This record gives sequence, structure tokens and C-alpha cells, in this order.
Amino acid sequence: MNLHEYQGRALFRAAGIPMPDGDVASTPSEAESIARRVGGTVVVKAQVHAGGRGKAGGVKLAKTPGEAGDAAERILGMTIKGLVVQKVLVVPAAEIATEAYVGLVMDRASQRPLLIASPAGGIDIEEVAAKTPDRIRRVIIDPRYGLLPHQAMGTAFFLYREIAAARAAARIMEQLYQVFTGNGCSLAEINPLVTTPDGRVMALDAKVSIDDNELDRRPDLALLRDESAEAPSEVQARRANLTFIKLEGNVGCVVNGAGLAMATMDLVKFYGGEPANFLDIGGSSNPEKVVNALRIITSDPKVQAILFNIFGGITRTDDVANGIKAALAQFPVRVPIVVRLTGTNEAEAVKILQGIGMTALSDMDEAVRNVVGLAREAA
Amino acid sequence: MTIFVNRDTRLVVQGITGRDGSFHTRQMLEYGTQIVAGVTPGKGGQRFEERVPVFNTVAEAASATGANTAVIYVPPVGAAGAIFEAADAGIGLIVCITEGVPVMDMTKVLPYVRERGARLIGPNCPGLISPGQSKVGIIPGNICSPGKVGLVSRSGTLTYEIVNHLTRNGIGQSSCVGIGGDPLNGTSFIDCLGAFQEDPGTELIVLVGEIGGTDEQNAARFIQEHVRKPVVAFIAGRTAPPGRRMGHAGAIISGSSGTAAEKVAAFEAANVVVMQRPVDVVELVRTRLQRA
Repeated sequence: MNLHEYQGRALFRAAGIPMPDGDVASTPSEAESIARRVGGTVVVKAQVHAGGRGKAGGVKLAKTPGEAGDAAERILGMTIKGLVVQKVLVVPAAEIATEAYVGLVMDRASQRPLLIASPAGGIDIEEVAAKTPDRIRRVIIDPRYGLLPHQAMGTAFFLYREIAAARAAARIMEQLYQVFTGNGCSLAEINPLVTTPDGRVMALDAKVSIDDNELDRRPDLALLRDESAEAPSEVQARRANLTFIKLEGNVGCVVNGAGLAMATMDLVKFYGGEPANFLDIGGSSNPEKVVNALRIITSDPKVQAILFNIFGGITRTDDVANGIKAALAQFPVRVPIVVRLTGTNEAEAVKILQGIGMTALSDMDEAVRNVVGLAREAA
Repeated sequence: MTIFVNRDTRLVVQGITGRDGSFHTRQMLEYGTQIVAGVTPGKGGQRFEERVPVFNTVAEAASATGANTAVIYVPPVGAAGAIFEAADAGIGLIVCITEGVPVMDMTKVLPYVRERGARLIGPNCPGLISPGQSKVGIIPGNICSPGKVGLVSRSGTLTYEIVNHLTRNGIGQSSCVGIGGDPLNGTSFIDCLGAFQEDPGTELIVLVGEIGGTDEQNAARFIQEHVRKPVVAFIAGRTAPPGRRMGHAGAIISGSSGTAAEKVAAFEAANVVVMQRPVDVVELVRTRLQRA
């Protein structure tokens, strides 16, 4: 789960990381009063889960509180990469001497937290890594001992030659590590970490992603989820305990298991179709899940045909058939449905489907070819 | 011959009285897995289905029954604790089925397990099966058959799809191992490839990977250097958009890395044939088994 910058700032502040003052606003008048309180020139920043906010016009400088209100007026409601801006962050414009990068990620290769730092801050770190790898320093951290003092200091000296700045940066790295481990992060990043002309070191941005698996035991973090930043169908799916990702095609897919769901999308594409979604109904599929899945998929006007691909192991295929039957009794489905099912209780499932005038295929390839053909005819 | 589990596997089920644990314990018993003990704190002294003794702790279960393998069906918040406990009790193979284990927990679990010389498979995995000998986890026994193909996969139902094609076409398996869909797991493709290479009962290896991370790329390099047996691969997620977690926590393209194209290219560079469709496994395996 990605946090907004203002939410990340709150976690950074709680850990003591120095940042410019400022606050989040939902209206121009709120933005104006924050600007008046912090004083001087401010930056008004759109709070959306999208990179390239500046280029899209979502970041503006304002010299007076009135200008801050005007900037907020223009940014609020703006659409950046398909996302409507609901909130802006208002912070004093810092005077910047240097910009660096400091981030912590969960590293899959070493299976440990990884500290990444670069004196080339303010730009895309992947680009720095690709073009000037010698300007990146990576330190693998043993989570049982945490970020050790010499690891932090060594990395800080890679960024700054001044002892005072290095000490301040090392302290920030330790605080960032607390944020990372204390909140089950998969990413905690400061880009840029700046020095000011008067020698202070501070974080100008806060980018945080939380491991979704933490949210069950951390209701405080789960509350930070901003559903307005997601596709409504994805919100609906999560509430129904379905894993759903909306895509751009016209073949709706209902599958049990993530790997099979991906393979099904790939096969749709292989046969010349375009998947409308990724949808995993999970292992124990009660009929209600299937009803919800169909409701979500049919609400997408682009969908021209729907494929069920169910390999019954723990999932009982008769549960899925009953779900299809229940859904069709509850609301009209105006597009053709192709059902492929095999495995646990297959014979019962076939009987249930026959009872409502449907047939079931047992072969995945045949089912995908059929559904792609039907979607093409309808288009 | 097989890898990791066989007729000598003596299994303890952690969370045996829970909803999932009890269901799958029945299935494993029916398959013929030697289940020697169950663990549910507070239910020590009871018997599961009147045959499997239940203990309060894994240590008690292990010393009373000689269990050498553990399978874990406990909720996500307790899963890390269950793995620590099994490793401390001297269990050599620990299979964690649980989905949703916090990754931060795994960073501590993994070195702990390794330092005790144990192997962890999973979490978030379907477990493993050596057809005709032992099934540990949730892979349906009826779709597998004994034979010479070793299979390793990051997925559950996609594995079933592929195994089913093999079995229905008369191609049996030595062992099928689901290593799980999480970003940090105990056993990698390389661990399984190495074990299959050493196993005299395995003549060919099928590897089922997916987007996210670099485990497949590492596997491709390892195959080039160390695997003499033919390998056939499948990669799921060619159509997955970047930055989205495709069901499995580990199935995510981060920035420009972890794409299907990158993995397919790595395998092809290692002379591993990558199938386009799950059904292609039959033809590819058949021709390579004949050649071998």
C-alpha cells in the first residue's frame, strides 16, 4: 500500500526526521491559512499516487498566502495520470544547497532491508543506478542487529564530507530505519535529502510503501488507505475479499489462484484477445464470492465476454457453478459467459450449469479460444 | 526417487485442529502421508480423528514421535512464531502454507532457520508431493502420478494445471514442489534445481515461474552452470502491468525489473525452452525425455 507524501511525512516526523513545517489541505482557504502560518514562500504539492507531479503541473510555488490559495484552487480537482487530486500539501520552500538520495527497500536478493544512498538526489534513482552506478552505495542490513552505527556513518560520509552534515545524515538514516521496520515498510525513501545554505540537513519528500501483509495486525496503518485514489471496482473487490486489478481489454476473467489467473490473461492475449482484468477468487470460493466477482466484472462497460477458468483443488467447482447460478438469478448478464472447470466436484458443477442451460468445458485452451472469439464478434 | 519428502517423511501438522489444518490433514492421511503428530497449544493429549496424537508444542511432538518434517497451517500473525518453534525443535524440513505472513517477520525467520540447518519451503505455498509416497501441503493427490519429471513452481493452481496435463498424458513426476509466491521465501528455484540434478529418480525438470524479482534469472544462470538434465520453463504474467501486485505478494514488476520478457530472455540464453501455453508442456517434455 502506497502512502501519500503527507502521510509519509507524519511517520517521518514521529521518528524525528527533520522536515520543513507545513500541513495538508483539502480546500484553497485551508491552503491559504497554512501558508500564512508557516510564512514566506511555500510550495503547494498535489497529493496523488503518481510520479511526475511537477511536470503535470501539480507542484506550484506561491509567494504569498493568497497565491497559495490560488495555487491550491488550480491543483485541487486536477487529474494527474487518471487520478483526481483531493488534497494538497503546503510546505515552506526550502533554500537548497545540495540534494542527495536516501532510501530503504526490502531486498529480495539478500532477503534483508537494503539502505541505498546517492549524492545525486532529486532525480529518478533507477536512472542514476543505470547511468552512474558508482554514485550509488548499497548497504545490506541484518534485521537482528539493525542499522549499525558504522554503516550509517560510512554511508553519510559517502554523501557529505563535512562532519556535521554527515552526523546529521547518519542520524536521519537511523530514524528512517526505525520508520521502515516499525511500520512494516517495503519502501521508505527520502528524495531529495537536502542541505541548506545554513548547514542543516533535512528531508524534502517522503515516499513510503507498507507491506500489505502488515495491515491486519496494524489497524492504525490500514486506516491510511485512501480509497479515492483507487479504481472503484478495485475497492469493491477488496471489500468482497477478491484480488482484482482492472485492465484495458474486453475479456473479463474469473480465475482461482494468482498464477493461473496470470496464465489465463496471457493465454487470452496469445489467442489475440485483450484481458479486461486480473481476478483471483482465492482458494475457498464460496458462491457469494463468485456473485461479487460477476457483479464487478459486468459493471465494466468494455467487457464483451467473460471467462471462468477454475481448477478445483481446495476450490470446489460446484461452489463456483452455484455462484454463477445465483448471480444470473440476481442480475442480468448481457455478455456471453464461457466456463471452464475441472477438478473437485466437477460432475456436480456440470449438472448445476446444465440446469440453467449452460455448458462447461474442461480444457483451458479451448475455453480461451472460445471467449476470445465471442469478444471479437461482439466488438 | 524423490526430493525433500518420501516414504520416510514423518510429519507433524502445526495448527492441526484449525479449519484449514484439519481439512488438509484428512486429505494427507487419505493420500498415505505418515502423519505422526499434530500441534495445537491447549489441546495436548487429544487425538485427531482418533489416530493422530496432538501435542501442545512442537518440541514435545518431535521428541515423542520422531517427526522430521513440519507443515504449518496457522494464521499469518502466528506463522513466523510457528516456523521459529519448528526450527528450534530440530525439525529438518518446515513447510509453511500460510498466506499473508508479514515480510518483516520473514527477514528474521530466514537466517534463524538456516543457522539451525533446517530447510523452509514457503510461506504462501501449496507445499510439495512425491507421488505415491508422501504429500505435505495442499496439492491435490489425484492429479499427480509417480514418474521421472521434477517440477518446481511459484504458483498453486497453475502448477495443478501443468501437472494435470503431464499425468493425463502418461508422464509421471518424481516430486512437485511449490516454493510460494511471496517476495522472501525459504527455498528458491536454485535449491530445487540442485536437488533435482542430484536426484537419480529425476530425468527432466519443469520450472514454473512468474513476474517479479530475480529468482528465475538466477535459476537460468544456475542451469547453465550446474544442471545437466533438460529443463522446460513457463513464465506467468506476460500481460501483467508494472507496479501492480498480481495476487501473489511477490508477483510485481518494480520499475523496469522483474518482467516476463526479462525472465524468458534469461532462460533462452541458458538454452531452456520456454513454453507459450501450459498445454505445451506435454509435447516439450515428451520430446526432451526421448532425447535424454
